[in-house]
Amino acid sequence: MPRNPFSSSSVTAPIPIEAPRRPSSSRNTAAKVAQFFSSSPKTAYSLSPHTTASASLLATQEQNNARTFSPSVSLPTISLSTATADKLSDTPTMLFSPPSPEAARKLARQHAQFGPLGHASHKFVSQHPKGAPVEDPVEDEPPYYYLLTTYISYIVLILFGHVRDFFGKRFKEHNYKHLKDQNGYAALNSDFDNFYIRRLKMRISDCFARPFTGVPGRFITLLDRVSDDFNLTFKLTGTQTEALNMSSYNYLGFAQSEGPCADAVEDSIRRYGMSAASSRVDAGTLDIHADVEKLVADFVGKPSAMIFSMGYGTNSTAFSALVSKGCLLISDELNHASIRFGARLSGAVIGMFKHNDMGDLERLLREQISQGQPRTHRPWKKILVVVEGLYSMEGTMCNLPGLLELKHIYKFNLFIDEAHSIGALGPKGRGVCDYFGVDTSEVDILMGTLTKSFGANGGYIAAEKHVIDKLRTAHAGSVYGESPAPPVLMQISSSLRIIAGDLAPGQGEERLQRLAFNSRYLRLGLKRLGFIIYGQDDSPIIPLMLYNPAKIPAFSHEMLRRKIAIVVVGYPATPLVSSRARFCVSAAHTKDDLDRLLAACDEVGDILQLKFSSGIAGGAIPLLPGVTREDEKELKKRGIVQPPRWPLEEVLKRGVKDVQSPLR
Amino acid sequence: MDIHEAYALLNQTAEQLSTRFQQVPGSAILLRYVKSSYQNDPVRSIVELGLFLFAVRYLLAPRYSTHKSKAADLTEEEIDELVEDWTPEPLVAPPSEFEAAENEKRPIIIGPTGPKVKLSTGRTVSNYASYNFFNFVANEMLKERAIQVLRNYGVGACGPPNFYGTQDVHMDAERDIAKFLGMPACIVYAQAFSTISSVIPAFSKRGDIIVADKAVNFSIQKGLEISRSTIRWYEHNNMEDLERVLEKVNKEMAKKALTRRFIVTEGLFENTGDMVDLPKVIELKQRFKYRLILDETNSFGILGRSGRGITEHQNVDPLSVDMLVGSLSHSICAGGGFCTGSPEIVEHQRISGSAYVFSAALPAMLAVTASETIKLLEGNPDLLTSLRENVKVFRAQMEKSEYVRCTSAQDNPICLYVLRKEIIAEKGIKEEDRVMADIVDECLANGVLVARVKTVPEPPANGHSKPFGWQNEPAFKVCVTIGHSKKEVEKAGGVVRQAVGKVVGRLKKENRFLS
Repeated sequence: MPRNPFSSSSVTAPIPIEAPRRPSSSRNTAAKVAQFFSSSPKTAYSLSPHTTASASLLATQEQNNARTFSPSVSLPTISLSTATADKLSDTPTMLFSPPSPEAARKLARQHAQFGPLGHASHKFVSQHPKGAPVEDPVEDEPPYYYLLTTYISYIVLILFGHVRDFFGKRFKEHNYKHLKDQNGYAALNSDFDNFYIRRLKMRISDCFARPFTGVPGRFITLLDRVSDDFNLTFKLTGTQTEALNMSSYNYLGFAQSEGPCADAVEDSIRRYGMSAASSRVDAGTLDIHADVEKLVADFVGKPSAMIFSMGYGTNSTAFSALVSKGCLLISDELNHASIRFGARLSGAVIGMFKHNDMGDLERLLREQISQGQPRTHRPWKKILVVVEGLYSMEGTMCNLPGLLELKHIYKFNLFIDEAHSIGALGPKGRGVCDYFGVDTSEVDILMGTLTKSFGANGGYIAAEKHVIDKLRTAHAGSVYGESPAPPVLMQISSSLRIIAGDLAPGQGEERLQRLAFNSRYLRLGLKRLGFIIYGQDDSPIIPLMLYNPAKIPAFSHEMLRRKIAIVVVGYPATPLVSSRARFCVSAAHTKDDLDRLLAACDEVGDILQLKFSSGIAGGAIPLLPGVTREDEKELKKRGIVQPPRWPLEEVLKRGVKDVQSPLR
Repeated sequence: MDIHEAYALLNQTAEQLSTRFQQVPGSAILLRYVKSSYQNDPVRSIVELGLFLFAVRYLLAPRYSTHKSKAADLTEEEIDELVEDWTPEPLVAPPSEFEAAENEKRPIIIGPTGPKVKLSTGRTVSNYASYNFFNFVANEMLKERAIQVLRNYGVGACGPPNFYGTQDVHMDAERDIAKFLGMPACIVYAQAFSTISSVIPAFSKRGDIIVADKAVNFSIQKGLEISRSTIRWYEHNNMEDLERVLEKVNKEMAKKALTRRFIVTEGLFENTGDMVDLPKVIELKQRFKYRLILDETNSFGILGRSGRGITEHQNVDPLSVDMLVGSLSHSICAGGGFCTGSPEIVEHQRISGSAYVFSAALPAMLAVTASETIKLLEGNPDLLTSLRENVKVFRAQMEKSEYVRCTSAQDNPICLYVLRKEIIAEKGIKEEDRVMADIVDECLANGVLVARVKTVPEPPANGHSKPFGWQNEPAFKVCVTIGHSKKEVEKAGGVVRQAVGKVVGRLKKENRFLS
C-alpha cells in the first residue's frame, strides 16, 4: 500500500480502535494495517467508552461473518477457515492473541470499505437549529479576472474546435462520416449538436465514467485505462489504483460487501433468488416488498409508501398520475432531469421559479392563481410545487419552512424529491423534514431514491394511504415496470433497520453523526483554505468551484495523482462559467481521510490558483471575545471581510473543535 | 428677452458647438463624408437623421412582448381575495370501486416466486403470471454466483455510470450481450421499462419523423411523446399500411431537408402478443431509408433456436436492426434493460440516454446474473424447446374454449386471451375489464394464478403523440413456464378454460354487464 505523503505530520492521527488488540510481537503487521488508514500514527487513543458503538459494530460484523460463512465463496480474503473467525468473536481473551495474516487482511478489507471512527469527538448531529430562520447560503463570486479568463477560455476552445473541424473535414473526411447525410440517411447526430461533445467534452472524457471494480466504499479500486486516440476509445491497462472515494453517493457508508447488511442480502438470495419476475401489479409482489414498503413508510414518517426498481423511473412516470391538463406544476429551476421528464409527460402546464427563491415562488403563485389558466382564465384544478430536498450539484437544501409557510397561504400540494437528502440529513437521517423539525404530514408527497444512502437501488414514493392506493393503479412504473429485486430489497430493509437502531444498535446513529461531522469538517476546512464552496453547512455534497474549463481536467488529474477519486462537472450540468469539482462525503470516511483530501486540495489549489474566495461565505477566523454575530453581520454588510487563506496546519488543528459551534 | 437677443444667443451657441465639433479629431472627415455622400441634399439628410433618431429611440425603448398581454390588471387586495377563494381539487381523485377491488385483490406471494407459490391468503397456487419462463429464479448456480458478486462488490453501484458507477461487471455484461446477439456494441440500462423511452428521444428530435405501429407498448409511447418528433402511425402489423405511410411521408417530405427517420415496432408485442414480420419491415426500411428501433423486451430470450430473439427466429441479420432494445428482467430474470447497435449508437447513448445518464447503474449482482443466464441459455437450447412444447399443450387446451381467443403468436409463452367479438356482441358486454377480472378471480379460486392485462388511465390524446383509433382489447395473460410439467400445464389449461366458461356463461343468467 502506498504511503500517503500528503497528510501533515503535525496532525495527531489516531490509530484505529482495534489497536489494543495487537500485541507487540505482531507490531509489524499491525503497523502495516495502521499505515493503510492513517498517515503517521503517533498517539494512540485508548479504548474509551465513546468508541463502543464502533467496536460493537465490528464485533457484530465479525460474528455475522462467522455465522453465515459460505464455503462456496471463492474469494481469497473470505475463504479463511471458519475456526479463525469463530475464535475472534467467541472468546474475548482471543482479542489479545496475534491476529493471523488472514484476519489482518480481512480487517484491512473491512476498513477499506468503512473506516473506523478515529475519535469520539468526530461526530455531530445534523439538525437545523430550532426556531432559527433559514438563511440562504451565501454564494461567493471569484474576482472578475477568473470570470473573464473563463469566457476567453471557452472562446479559444470553440475557435480551436472550429479550426480543427475545418481542416479535419477536408483532410480526414472519414472521421466526420457520421455527421453527414449518407446514402439517403440523415446524420444520426447533427454536426452542430455534436460540436460540444466532439470538441470540448472529448478533451476531458478521461475524467468521466472511470471504471472500477469492487465496492465503492471508503476507497474505490479504479481500473487504469489509457487512450491512444485522444479519448475516443480507452483501453484497460490491467493495473488498478486504489483511491480515496469522494465520488460515490454512499452517504451512510452502506456500500459494503460484509457486515449485517451483506449477510442479510446473502440469506435473501438463497431464499428468494434474484428476481420477482413480474411487474408489481401482476405477480411481482412478494412478502419482502410489502415489508420494505412498510419500513420505508415508517422511516420517512408517512402512512403508506410504494417502491420502484429505479429512482429515475419513479419520477419519470409519477407526475402523469398526479397532475394532468388544467393543472399547474411549479418546479425549481435546478430540479433533476427525471422530474423534468416526468413533468413534460404529465400534460400539466409547467412553471419555474429561481432556485430556492421563495420570493420568486410567491410572485409566481400569486400571478398564476389570480390569472388562472392561460387564455381561458379558468382557475387551476390544482397546483403541485416540486422541489428537491438536497440539490446534487449545488449542495443546497430546499427552504422547507419557507415552502410550508407559502403552502398554508396558497394551498398548493408539495412534492419533495429526497433523492439525496433521505438518510443524509436530520438527526435520525429521515430527510429534510427531520432536519428542519417539520411534521411530515405537512408535505403531501415524499419521494426519494434508495440508491444513495442505503447502498441499494430503486426509488420510493410515500404519502397518505389514499394517495398511494391511487398510485398503485395509476403509476406506470408499478403497472409496467419490473418489480424491485429481492436482494436489493433486503439491502434496503437491513440498512433501514440499522439506521433506525433495530439492527446492530448504535451503529446507525454513529453513521449519521459521522456523516454530519465529516460534511461540516470538510466544508469548513475547504472554506478556510480559501476555496469557493457552495451549499449549506450540513449538506454532504460539497462543490468546489473551478470556473476555468482547463481546470476541470487539471483538478481531476491532480487529485487522481494523489489517489483521490472525485467528480468534476461542467456545462451542461452546471451553468457555463461555474464548472466545479464535487465531493460526496460519506460516513465511511475518517477524519484522516478528510485531512488527506484537505492537504491534497491545499496543494492543488495553489498550483491551479483556486483559492480566490472573498470571505463573505465563511471560513473566517473565530470571533474575538466581545464581538457578537450581529456585529459580524454589520461588518460583512460594510464589506469588511478578510479573505480566508489559512495555512493547512491551522485548518487541521482547529477543525474538530470549530465544527461543533455554528460555522461562519 | 426680445427676438434679437434670442437669435444672438442661438448663433453664439451654434458657433460654439461647431468649434467644439471641429476640435474633435476626425470631425472634418466625417463632415466631408456626410456632405459628399448626401450630395448636399438637406432634405435627404433630414430624413435620414430622423430615421437615425428613431432607431436610437427604438433601441433604448423598454422591451415588450409582441403578444398583447391578456392578464387582468389586479390590485394586491384583489389577488389576496382570489387566493383565498381558490379551492384546489384534491391531489388524487377517490378510487373507483374497481380500483379499490384491484388493490385489495393484488396477490402477495410469501417467499420466492416460482412455479408454485404460497399466497398471503395461505393458499398455495400454480403460478402462471410470472416471467420466470425457465425457472432461473430457483437456479442454485446463479444464486451462488450472485453471492460471490455480493461478497466482492456489495449491492448498489452508488452512482450514475458516468460518475464512478461503471464497474467491470457492467462492461462484461455489455460485452456478453453484444456477443450473444452478434452485435458490435451494447449499453445496459438500470431498468427495462425506462430503456426504450430513453433510447427514442436520444436520437429522434423535434422535426424528425417516426413511423410507429399503433399497438406499441406504453414505454415506447412515452418515448415518442417526449421526443417531440413528428409521429405517423400505421395499422398494427399491417405491412401494406406501413408501406402506404412511408410513401406518403416520402411525398410530403420530398422538397424538405432530409431529416432522421425511424420505424418503431416490437418483436413480440406487449399489448397483443403477436409477432412482427421483421423481414418485410427490414425490406421497407431499407427501401425508404429509415432506421429501425426494435423493442425485443418480450422476445429476447424467448424466440429463436437459442433465445437470441426475433432476428434469430425469422432469420434476419441482427446488424440490419439499427437499435435493438431488450430486457434483462423478463425472460432473463435478472434486472435492467439494454440497447445494442453500432458503437456510434451505443456511445451516443452514454451521453444522451437520459435514463442512463441520470440514474444509478444496475447493481453488480444483477449484471452478473444477466451475463450468467445468457450463457446458460446459450448452452441449453432444449430449455426453449420444452418451453414451446408446454406452450403448445396449454394453447391446445384453450383452443376448445368458445368464448376467448388467443392473440399471441405461436411461440409466445405469454398467452393473451381476449373475448371473441361475437361473444361480446351476443351478450352485450360493456365492461370487458370486469369480465377479465372475474375470470382471473375464478382461476385463482381453482388454484391457478393468472393476471389481467392492466393499463394506466391515460389522459386524452394530445396531437399526434397517441395512436388514433387504437384501443387495446381487454385481456388476461397466462405465462407458461417450464417449471410446470406437461401434465400440470394441461390441467391448468383445463382450469382456465372452465373458469372462462363459468364466468362468461354466467353472464346470460345474471345480466350483470348488460347496459
